[in-house]
Amino acid sequence: MSNFFNKSDLTRQDADKIVSETLNNCDDGELYLEESKSESILLDDNKIKSSNYSSDLGFGFRAISNEVVAYSYSNEISKNSLKNSSENLKSTLKSIKGTYNHEIPKSNKKFYEDINPIEQKNLDSKLEVLNKVNDFLRKKDGSVKQVTASFAGEQKSIEIIRSGGEALTDVRPLIRFNVSVMLEKNGRKETGVYGIGGRQSYDDYLKNDNWKNVCEEAFRIASVNLESKPAPAGEMKVVLGPGWPAILIHEAIGHGLEGDFNRKKTSAFHDLMGEKVASEGVTIVDDGTIDNRRGSLTIDDEGTPTERTVLIENGILKNFMQDRHNARLMNTRSTGSGRRENYRHIVLPRMRNTMMLSGNQTQDEMIKSVDKGIFAVSFGGGQVDITSGKFVFNCTEAYEINNGKIGSPIKGATLIGDGPSILREVSMVGNDMMLDPGIGTCGKAGQGVPVGVAQPSILIDKMTVGGTKL
Amino acid sequence: MVKDQEFLKSKASYCLDLAKKMGATDASVTVGHSISETVNFRNKSLEASDRSDGLALNIETYLGKKRSSISSSNLLDENIKTLIEKCFETTKITPEDEFNSLPDKNLLAKQISSLNLYDETRFENDKKIKYLKDLEESASSDNQIINTESSFTENKSNFILANSDGFCEGYKTSSFTTSCVTVAKDENSMERDYEFSSKRHLSDIKQATDLGNKAAEQTIRKLSPKKIGSEKINIIFDKRISKGMLSVFASAISASAIARGTSFLKDKIDQQVFANSINVIDKPDIIKGMGSQSFDSEGVNSNTLQLIEKGILKNYLVDTYNGKKLNLQSNGRSGGTTNLYFEKGNISYEDLLKKNSKSLYITETIGHGSNLVTGDYSVGATGFLVEDGEFKYPVNEITIAGNFKDMFKNITLASDLELEYSVNSPTMMIEGMTVAGK
Repeated sequence: MSNFFNKSDLTRQDADKIVSETLNNCDDGELYLEESKSESILLDDNKIKSSNYSSDLGFGFRAISNEVVAYSYSNEISKNSLKNSSENLKSTLKSIKGTYNHEIPKSNKKFYEDINPIEQKNLDSKLEVLNKVNDFLRKKDGSVKQVTASFAGEQKSIEIIRSGGEALTDVRPLIRFNVSVMLEKNGRKETGVYGIGGRQSYDDYLKNDNWKNVCEEAFRIASVNLESKPAPAGEMKVVLGPGWPAILIHEAIGHGLEGDFNRKKTSAFHDLMGEKVASEGVTIVDDGTIDNRRGSLTIDDEGTPTERTVLIENGILKNFMQDRHNARLMNTRSTGSGRRENYRHIVLPRMRNTMMLSGNQTQDEMIKSVDKGIFAVSFGGGQVDITSGKFVFNCTEAYEINNGKIGSPIKGATLIGDGPSILREVSMVGNDMMLDPGIGTCGKAGQGVPVGVAQPSILIDKMTVGGTKL
Repeated sequence: MVKDQEFLKSKASYCLDLAKKMGATDASVTVGHSISETVNFRNKSLEASDRSDGLALNIETYLGKKRSSISSSNLLDENIKTLIEKCFETTKITPEDEFNSLPDKNLLAKQISSLNLYDETRFENDKKIKYLKDLEESASSDNQIINTESSFTENKSNFILANSDGFCEGYKTSSFTTSCVTVAKDENSMERDYEFSSKRHLSDIKQATDLGNKAAEQTIRKLSPKKIGSEKINIIFDKRISKGMLSVFASAISASAIARGTSFLKDKIDQQVFANSINVIDKPDIIKGMGSQSFDSEGVNSNTLQLIEKGILKNYLVDTYNGKKLNLQSNGRSGGTTNLYFEKGNISYEDLLKKNSKSLYITETIGHGSNLVTGDYSVGATGFLVEDGEFKYPVNEITIAGNFKDMFKNITLASDLELEYSVNSPTMMIEGMTVAGK
């Protein structure tokens, strides 16, 4: 746990006093203090290419009245700096009065340990793993032409001080291990990428030589793509594999169900609450409470304990994801979804671990039912236009389906669909829900936050596949 | 006020001295300070204000051919000392890499050119509010516009880059950025579009009313889109999309992608990679240029580079480390391109629209569908169907796909180039791409 009050002349009493005095006539707000330590170690092109250690410390001070949010941050934690920020907030809100809401829910549950993953494994042994990855892949097959492997680790300590002196704290570990391999064969080059991670120590993820499995998976994806043919173009049936392909849910549905876009009525979903937006059997939750997952949080960045929020239940739209600000303006409660990348950024309602729950069909049944379509197993990134509802994502491993059978692998293609209608095209939901391996980062308004996704295999009756083969 | 050069220089030399004292054979340090103030508006009233004040420090220490780095925002001497100790300890156990070194001394910038990148004008928040009021007033004048969001950001920055070979330079920059996002709705659809302006000097920022009108007009014309069938078609890329092709090109010719062998343009120097009418230039010394610089992120002097001459690839973007790997001298492009642009083409915008009886005009793409290893390209797109030079109707929920190797050779550029941003392109036509729709 960081002590933010031994860094300079600022005492806890000073901070409490400035916070209370600043927020006295506001509807909400807080002082957010953050200290983070992070490292990244990269092996590339047969060498340790970089090792970086970074430490960051700062505060963000927020005051909200009515619909107006005033924010000021600095990386100098001092009495003078905090006073300057206070003046800045007061000048923005000078003519708007509010009534401070002191209520904030409490919980004793924790979803990860207070560890510093960087200190738990020494640099030598991290370098050793990276070198083993490089040797293993290069010896494995003559077609391996490039190997990149990396560790990223972080410990972030936060403290939230609310008007009246209430303080809430959290310590968040996060690691990621990533392998990328490029193969070259008969003049063609293809890349395969795989990674794992979450809120535990490196060794929790690397035990039993698990790094080898990560290498094998990256190699397998690249090998499949070496044999890939041009992807088809046009509307067809799409079977999605379980796990990471749930970024489709994240892009197509998730963003559109964030509170801010719905309060502003700029989301394609804003007038669909209580309506049927998905096929029967489709249930989607956003869950911040799964132990050690990348998207899990004990409390969100406003201090609200996270929860499992049901977004869509058996096809019906049930809830939006809310932070305190949007919840207050929409007369509802925060779902513990208020997040920020770091103290430099304002809080926004964001996803945590977004999951479609299992149904009772098998992937086999889905494939067999398709005459002509594609089977998408793994994806790169995705993106959505919240307002029109159109979303895309890029396949990194996909196959043709012909007459109920999986055929040749196809080249990376973009799939495009319409968020509000795509889930009505889901005609089968599998019994094989899987969590992703712990690699997702979601971007919104220039802020990246770690997230998770999960889903079973699903069959979508109609989607546009953006290949080159007509 | 943004910290002055003296303050930043004293921090930089404190770091270098300390690193040397601990035994580092070489070191380099960047110290920067940046202050930004943003005002956000929504539906003609104040929505948020945001002030940021941030210091940043990056240090690299070398022990012979071993190197590691640290970064921090905490510039207290005591913290810097702890971090440099940690950095140097890490350097000791990091394996050697024969290509690690500071840049060659004789390539370092000798003087700082006067590029007029700093405007000290303070645009107080009250003035920002007035600007945004005018902007949103004009943006929302049509009743199909149901939501407007706009912002104005003023930024002032200063930095010093210093290394143990005696380099110690830096300068102030400023930027003023305003943007407007509008949402329009009709009985069939809801659409969003935007317009923005970003300049080094306040006086060069677009008029608030022009910006608002433009955003609204671009949004309203997207209403009630149709999906079209899958076919081969000629695609015209609006300027705001065509410049993205240059960004892909720049990534593909970075010395790092070339040295790693992960670029579809590897080993293509002196070969035809674009249509022979195409010239691409990277010019670091444009007065007030958004991408202008006196030296790159290692202190190396950067001159104008002709990257593509008559379609032929002439230069990679070379930094010190990857340059040594490729046996090339750094050309001052550590950190990438500066002001990058296609030279303008010979055909007017109007004639380009009329060139084919039918084409697809793209105004927005979504997704990360550019594969730099294979050159494959596939993204979601929004735009308009153009027939005989006329915009017929808006189109969405389609994808466009091709391979950059073929696309680059089929580019025709219009003559409407404007050097506004750090990457600039005229309107562009590429023949024979695949659109996937119905």
